[in-house]
Amino acid sequence: MALGPTRAGKSRGNLPPLDLYVPEPKFRPGDPVDYTHLEIPTAGKLARPDEGCAASETWPLTLDLIRVLDENDAAVGAWNPNLDPETMRRMLASMALTRAFDDRMYRGQRQGKTSFYMKSTGEEAVSIACAHALAFDDMVFPSYRQQGILIARGYPLVEMVNQIYSNRADPLKGRQLPIMYSAKDYGFFSISGNLATQFPQAVGWAMASAIKGDTRIATSFVGEGSSAEGDFHAAMTFAAVYNAPVVLNVVNNQWAISSFSGFAGAERTTFAARATGYGIAGLRVDGNDILAVYAAMEWAANRARSNQGPTLIEHFTYRAEGHSTSDDPTAYRSAHEREEWPLGDPIMRLKKHLIALGEWSEEQHVEMDRDAAEQVKAATKEAEKNGILGHGMHHPFHTMFEDVFEELPWHLEEQAEQAIRERQSKFPDWKD
Amino acid sequence: MNATRSLSMIQAINEALDVALERDRMVTIFGQDVGYFGGVFRATEGLQKRHGSHRVFDAPISEAGIVAVAVGMGAFGKRPVVEIQFADYIYPAADQIISEAARMRYRTCGEWWSPITVRSPYGGGIYGGQTHSQSPEGIFTHVAGLKTVIPSNPHDAKGLLLAAIEDDDPVLFFEPKRLYHGPFDGHHERPVQSWSDHPDAEVPQGHYTTPLGKARIVREGDEVTVLAYGTMVHVALAAVQETGIDAEIIDLRTLIPLDLDTIRQSASKTGRCVVVHEATRTCGFGAELAALVQKHCFFDLEAPVERVTGWDTPYPHAFEWEYFPGPARVGQALRQIIEV
Repeated sequence: MALGPTRAGKSRGNLPPLDLYVPEPKFRPGDPVDYTHLEIPTAGKLARPDEGCAASETWPLTLDLIRVLDENDAAVGAWNPNLDPETMRRMLASMALTRAFDDRMYRGQRQGKTSFYMKSTGEEAVSIACAHALAFDDMVFPSYRQQGILIARGYPLVEMVNQIYSNRADPLKGRQLPIMYSAKDYGFFSISGNLATQFPQAVGWAMASAIKGDTRIATSFVGEGSSAEGDFHAAMTFAAVYNAPVVLNVVNNQWAISSFSGFAGAERTTFAARATGYGIAGLRVDGNDILAVYAAMEWAANRARSNQGPTLIEHFTYRAEGHSTSDDPTAYRSAHEREEWPLGDPIMRLKKHLIALGEWSEEQHVEMDRDAAEQVKAATKEAEKNGILGHGMHHPFHTMFEDVFEELPWHLEEQAEQAIRERQSKFPDWKD
Repeated sequence: MNATRSLSMIQAINEALDVALERDRMVTIFGQDVGYFGGVFRATEGLQKRHGSHRVFDAPISEAGIVAVAVGMGAFGKRPVVEIQFADYIYPAADQIISEAARMRYRTCGEWWSPITVRSPYGGGIYGGQTHSQSPEGIFTHVAGLKTVIPSNPHDAKGLLLAAIEDDDPVLFFEPKRLYHGPFDGHHERPVQSWSDHPDAEVPQGHYTTPLGKARIVREGDEVTVLAYGTMVHVALAAVQETGIDAEIIDLRTLIPLDLDTIRQSASKTGRCVVVHEATRTCGFGAELAALVQKHCFFDLEAPVERVTGWDTPYPHAFEWEYFPGPARVGQALRQIIEV
């Protein structure tokens, strides 16, 4: 005799049928945009707990939004990092340079100088504040949309363009897709196409630093879409278990290519709220308010550096442009979203703050933009001397076979010779 | 030469790890149950106590996390040696191994690399069923940038593991768990043997390496070349003894980099070649070996290259000995290829 429910034993006749829920964004192409459902908290209202507080104490901060710049362009509240005007002007200039660089590289792709590009328009504050809040030798494990960190750390623009053009001066010898930079001397870890893999790697780097008794910390970035990857969970678990000195960032720009953040779970809770479930401190910050981002980064960096453990920061922002040069966002979202985005533009907000302080002017801003465009133009011209994609100026052909291993094994030597023979028969005049 | 004594393979591996920890302070060991407990196979026994919990520690049950953290530590400058408890459970880490560790040097033009060693018990013959018996080496030999090493005896296990740890490329070190405590020739009906009186169980004390990329001729012969690694080296020896066929048995020891010269010389000499592995046949590493022998020894071959492998099925529990390529199956292949 069966002890539990039997096939025939339990009738469910009165229950409604189950129904799968598939998230759907609020606005599709052509729809008017109304963001009144987004609660935008007042700037300056949140308390700033001690950096050594218990992770659970940050729970309210993971559901709210840390904001410093108010509607009158003043910096207010406990999270105001009280930066000096010179630092703020430098951050503004880095954001402007990043945007100018993005604009020019986007055009370069459209002109056929390279195969691919990805802009970070609207998200510049996240990268630039990170670069300024951390020490130069703290290691960044970026995703592909933190080019602002390289720029803020002074990596030569011409090297970036060389990489994007895969030319004969490309530091990565034409092996990597454009924008997958690697810059060890600038604490900027190699970018991988595989999403979220860098998140637990950063934890490992931070653990190594702790084992050594070093003072350097690590930081890493994923988009909100990639936070759905298993590596996100692995990173959070290891970071918590070993109290790793790491700052983990989720850049919630609302979109993962064509999928809105609901497909990463955003309709149910915030991304920052995931932190406390792991026993990690969490902060949710207005990602278009560079002073708030700076303050959150600084808080988390101090916490990590003093052996108080890891922090997860959600940067609430908006991906103002398409996902990449291969993407057309008008196919899946309303064009009005960008215009209506209630947190504005990070460059404009810092600009207005500096002007309100009497530390900046419209004229200086115009001059700064002109200077940024000039710098990018000069770097592009310089890089073009080394060639653009597909015009034959690239690293010697045989370098394709190097660095697979430390030493060239016989099978790669054999294949390299074969490839060179094939090339010589195709192009009799070809040399390297 | 250092004084030798007889060790089991697990003792030899434990000693290699101890020597590595002693010699290089960058060596860090972690994985599931490897710390306090000393590993489910005792490979890391006593190491945490001797070297401290900053050098040897337990890890969460997250293969992807373990390898990812090792990649990050490698980027910092450490030399991590991690354990995946069974090779059957390496798949969650496949993305980190294939997309990250294997490509780090290439994609950064040498700015970073992954000097990591992933140790993992592998292979069948232990009634391990589907998820404690697999031989996934062929999945990883297909990946550019990885080295794959498989020892068949205590002496090589220690020397190869030290060489793997000291190598700056990522190495997958698959340990035939059937051989941990004694040689096994596939005769499951006979009593279990121990390593104690086996000549290859004489292990030197202290540091030595067995170079990667060098095969070992275990038995010289003129009639047929047998290419094997891991447990199948012992199975091949038994099959040769039982058939009386004068086979040359080569223990490959490392699959990537492969010792093509030794293979080529032997197969050209004998004119016949049988490839033996436990892993499933289709697209297994044996296919690569057969293709290489065919290409490099074509005019010397007197018979088609034969493969004796696991069947193209998941590894079964009850049909262990019908699945495992034992000495009878290997012997039959040897007889057949001689008759061609």
